[in-house]
Amino acid sequence: MLETVIFSLLNGLVYGLLLFLLASGLTLIFSMMGVLNLAHAGFYMLAAYFAYTISLYMGFWFGILLAPLIVGLIGGLVERYGLRQVHQFGHVPELIFTFGVAFLLEEVVQFIWGRDQLAYNKPEILEGALFTLFGADFPIYKMFMLIVSVLIFITLFLVLKHTRIGLIIRAAVGHPQVVGMLGHNVPLIFMVTFGVGTALAGLAGAIAGPVLGTYPGMASGLGGIMFVVVIFGGLGSLGGAFIASIMIGLIQTFAIAIDGSLADVLALAGIIVTEETFMYDIWSTTMPQVAPLIPYLMMVVMLIFRPTGLMGARES
Amino acid sequence: MSNLTQIRKAENIARKKRLRILWLCFAVILVVLPLLATKFGLTILTQICVASVFALAYNMLLGQGGMLSFGHAVYFGLGGYASIHLMEYVGTGGAPIPLVLTPIFGGLFGLVAALLIGSFSTRRAGTVFAMISFGIAELVAASAIILVGFFGGEEGMSSDRTMGPSFFGYEMIPQIEVYYFAAVWFFLATFAMYYFSRSPAGRMANAVRDNAERAQFIGYNPQKIRLVSFVASGFFAGIAGGIFAIQYEIVTDSNLNTAASGLVMLQAYIGGIGYFVGPVIGAIVMTLLNTVVSGMTDLWLLYTGLLFIGTVLLAPNGLTGLIMMHTDAYRNGKLSTLVKPYLIGLIPLTASFVGIISLVEMFSHRNEQTVGDDVMPLFFMNIDVSTSEAWIAFTILSLAGIIGLRFTIPMVRTAWHEANEALTLPASPTKQEGAKNE
Amino acid sequence: MNNAISLTDLRKSFGQMEIIRGVHLDIKKGERHAIIGPNGAGKSTLFHLISGHYQPSSGSVILNDEEIGGVMPYDIYRKGLARSFQVTNIFPNLTVYENVRCGALWACGHGYSFWQQVENLEDVNLKTEEILEKINLTHRHNVPASLLAYAEQRALEIGITLAGGADVIMLDEPTAGMSIGETEQAVELIRSVTEGKTLVIVEHDMGVVFDLADRISVLVYGEIIATDTPAAIRTNKLVQEAYLGTEVTADA
Repeated sequence: MLETVIFSLLNGLVYGLLLFLLASGLTLIFSMMGVLNLAHAGFYMLAAYFAYTISLYMGFWFGILLAPLIVGLIGGLVERYGLRQVHQFGHVPELIFTFGVAFLLEEVVQFIWGRDQLAYNKPEILEGALFTLFGADFPIYKMFMLIVSVLIFITLFLVLKHTRIGLIIRAAVGHPQVVGMLGHNVPLIFMVTFGVGTALAGLAGAIAGPVLGTYPGMASGLGGIMFVVVIFGGLGSLGGAFIASIMIGLIQTFAIAIDGSLADVLALAGIIVTEETFMYDIWSTTMPQVAPLIPYLMMVVMLIFRPTGLMGARES
Repeated sequence: MSNLTQIRKAENIARKKRLRILWLCFAVILVVLPLLATKFGLTILTQICVASVFALAYNMLLGQGGMLSFGHAVYFGLGGYASIHLMEYVGTGGAPIPLVLTPIFGGLFGLVAALLIGSFSTRRAGTVFAMISFGIAELVAASAIILVGFFGGEEGMSSDRTMGPSFFGYEMIPQIEVYYFAAVWFFLATFAMYYFSRSPAGRMANAVRDNAERAQFIGYNPQKIRLVSFVASGFFAGIAGGIFAIQYEIVTDSNLNTAASGLVMLQAYIGGIGYFVGPVIGAIVMTLLNTVVSGMTDLWLLYTGLLFIGTVLLAPNGLTGLIMMHTDAYRNGKLSTLVKPYLIGLIPLTASFVGIISLVEMFSHRNEQTVGDDVMPLFFMNIDVSTSEAWIAFTILSLAGIIGLRFTIPMVRTAWHEANEALTLPASPTKQEGAKNE
Repeated sequence: MNNAISLTDLRKSFGQMEIIRGVHLDIKKGERHAIIGPNGAGKSTLFHLISGHYQPSSGSVILNDEEIGGVMPYDIYRKGLARSFQVTNIFPNLTVYENVRCGALWACGHGYSFWQQVENLEDVNLKTEEILEKINLTHRHNVPASLLAYAEQRALEIGITLAGGADVIMLDEPTAGMSIGETEQAVELIRSVTEGKTLVIVEHDMGVVFDLADRISVLVYGEIIATDTPAAIRTNKLVQEAYLGTEVTADA
C-alpha cells in the first residue's frame, strides 16, 4: 500500500510537471494574445519527432536542445504567416485556425515519419533505476524529467518576477490592452510569445518522447488533458496552471493505481451487484477505466460553476 | 404605406417565387442524381445526404449563432445509437413502427440531449462554450467505451434496417431505396432548417452572434436564444445520426468522438459558414475527399488539412464565398469578361497543383514502399520514384506553376475588380461578408 | 404615481471606488428629462444602473411603480424601458433593415418563435419601415450596418432603441460626434419620436439639452446637485460652481 502511494505520488508529480511544461507555454500565449492555442500539443509532438531525428545523427542531448528551438521557430512562423491573418476576425476564427494547424500537424508528422511508433530512446546514461523501493524501481529518466521541469518552472518564475518582459507579461494577463499601450512592437511581441510558448511545448515533447512514446497519436492523447489543466487552473494564470497540472497528474496516476469499482464500494455496504442489476455498467466500471474521464468531468464542472477557473482572471 | 413597404412586398413575392423554384430544383436534383450513379456512387450520394444534414445542423451553431463547438458529433452519435436501439426494438417485435421514421426518433433523442447539455453550456459563447463542448465530447466518447449496455463498447451497436414493417412497400433493402429514404430526410431537414433561420429565433441568433450585449436591451435573453439554436441543432444532428444508423446499420464511438466533431466543423467551414448552403457544399467536397480521393491516396487527410488551412487563411468565406464573390459581376453582366483571365490563371494553378501533389505522393511512396516497388501510378502515368528524372520534372513543373501564378494572380485580381466595380454600389469585398446569411 | 422612474439613494461602487453616491431622482411620466454633468460624473453609470446593465450596490430603482434594481436588462426592456448606447452598439453584420427589425420583434410579441417567418410578420415589418422612415435610413435599408457612416450608425442606434415602442426611452449622448447639421436633424428626430413618451437623455451638447428638456438634473461626482427647469438650472449657483465658472448657456 505504501509502495503504491509513494510511486503514484512520484509518477503523478512527474506527469504533472510535464503537463505544466506544456500548460505554461499555452498560458503564456493565452495571456499575451488571448488565443487558446489548440495546436499546442501538435507542437509538442512535432518536437518529439524532431528530437528523434536529430538524436539519430547528433545524439540525444542535441535532440532535446535543438528540437524545441526548431519548433519554436516554426511556431513563430505559424504566428507570423497564419495566426496574424485571422487575428483581425476575432477569437473564434483564431480557434478554428489553431484547430486546423493541430489537424495538419498530425497529418504532416505521419506523412514524414510514418504511422508507426518511433524507436526514440533515452540515452544510456539515463537508463536504469535511480533507486529501488519495496522491490520496485524508480527510473533515472523520470528524475531527469522532474529536474528539467522544475528548472524550467524556476526560470519562468524568475523571469516573470524580476525582468521587464516578465512585468509586461504579468500586466498583460489581466489587461491584454496594456501591451499595446506600453508602446511596444506588438506584432513582434506576439510572434516571440508564440515562438517561446511553442518552444516550451517542444521541450516537453522532446523529453517525453522516449517514455510516453513518439507516435502520431501522442498529441491528441495529451492535448485534451492539457486544455483541462489550463482551464481548470484558470486561463492565463500560471499559478493556477501549476496547481491544476500537479492535481491532474496525481489524480490520473492514483486513479490508475486504485483498482476498484462502485460495485466494490456497494459490496462493503452489503449490496451485491450482479450482471442483472439495473445499470450494471456503471456499478462495475473500475477506477482505471474512469481515470481518463475524470479530468474532463473536472473541467466541465469548473466551467459551469466558475468559468474563470481556479485562479483565472478572465474567460476569453 | 411607405415606399419601402411596397418595395419590400414586391421583393418578398419575388423572393418566394425564387425560393419555390430553388426548392423544386433541389428536389429534382435529388430525384434524378441516383439515376446517373453507379452502386458506389449511390453509397456516396447517401453519405452526402447524411453529411449535409449534419453540417447544416452544425452551422446553425457556428455560422448563424456564433457558437464554435468541438463536440457536436455527440448529438449525431446519440441520435444514431438511439436509432439503432429503436431498430432493434422494432426488429424484435417491440412495436410496428416503420423504420423510415427512425430519424425523427434519433432527432428527438438528440434534442433531449442538447436540451440537457445546452441548459448550462450556452450560458456563454466564445472560448468557454467551445471548451465545454470539447469536454462534454471527451466525456461522452469515454463513456461510450465504458457503458456497454447502451453504446456496445468498442464494437458499437448494430442492427438491421430491413426488419421493420414496410412503409407503403418500401423495405429499404436495395441501396437505391436507402438513398431515397436519405434524400427525403435531407430535403425535409434542409427545408426545416432554412425556415428556422428565417424565423424570429433564427434572426435573433444572428443578432446575438453579432452583439449579445445589445440583444439584451431589445428584450432577448442571449442564453435563451443560444439554447433554442442549440436544441434545434441537436435535433437535426440527431436526425442525421438516424439516417446514418439506417444506412450503415452500425454506430460506434468513432461517430461521436472529437474527431467526428472536428470533421463536421471542417465541412461547414470549408463550405462557408456565412451562407446557408455553405455546409452542403462542404459536405459534398469532404465526402468526395473521404470516399473518392481516399481510394486514390492514403494522404487524403493531409490534403483535407491543407484545404482547411488554405480556406481559413485565403478564403474565410469558404468555397461558397468564392462563388458568391461573383454575384456583383453577374449583376453587372460582366461575368463573361472573367472567363479568359480565369482560364489563363488556371494553367499555372494546375501545373503547380499537379507538380506539388506529385512530389508529395512520390515522397510518401518512397517512404512507405516495400523494397523494390519503385513504380507508382500517378495522374494516369507510371512513375518510377527511384529515378531522379521524375523528381526533377515535377519540381520544375511546380516551380514553373508557382512563378506563373505570380503573374496571373494580379491579372485575375484586376479582372475581378473591373467586373465587380462597374456598379455604383458601395461595393467592396466586405460587402459580401455583410450580405451573407441573407 | 406620476413617476416613470424613481431612484432612491442609489449607489454603485467598483471595488473601493463609489461612482454613484446616493442618487435621488424622480422622472415624471411624459417629461423629457436631461442629465448633465462634467466628464466622469457617472452619467453613463447611472444609465447602466437604470437599464440593468449594472447591478446597484444599494438603493432602489423603480420603473412605473415596480422595483427593477438587479433585474436583467431584457426583463427591464419588457417592462417598457428601452435605451441607446453612447458607443454605437449595433449588429454589424446585419443589414440596417434587420437591425431595426430585431428591435421590433419582441415588442410585437414574437418572442422566441421559430415557427414563423420574419418576412411574413406584417406588424414587425411595418413597424420597421416606419422607424426607418423616421430615422431617415430608408434608402440604406439593405446596407450592412457596419458599412454605414458614423452619423447613420448613430441614427440606427436610436432606431433600434425606438423600434420596440417602449414608453420610457433613455438616450446616452445621441448626438455625440455629429456635425451641427446632423445634430439639428437628430434633435428633431428625438423630439418627434418621443412625443407622448418619457425621455431621459444624457447629453454634452448644452444646445440640445436646453432645446429638448422639460427638466434637467445635474450630476456631479455621483450625486444629483440640482433638478429643475432649464431656466432655473441656468441660474443655479451650485450648477455654475460645478461647471467651474463656465457659463451654462445655450449657444448652439
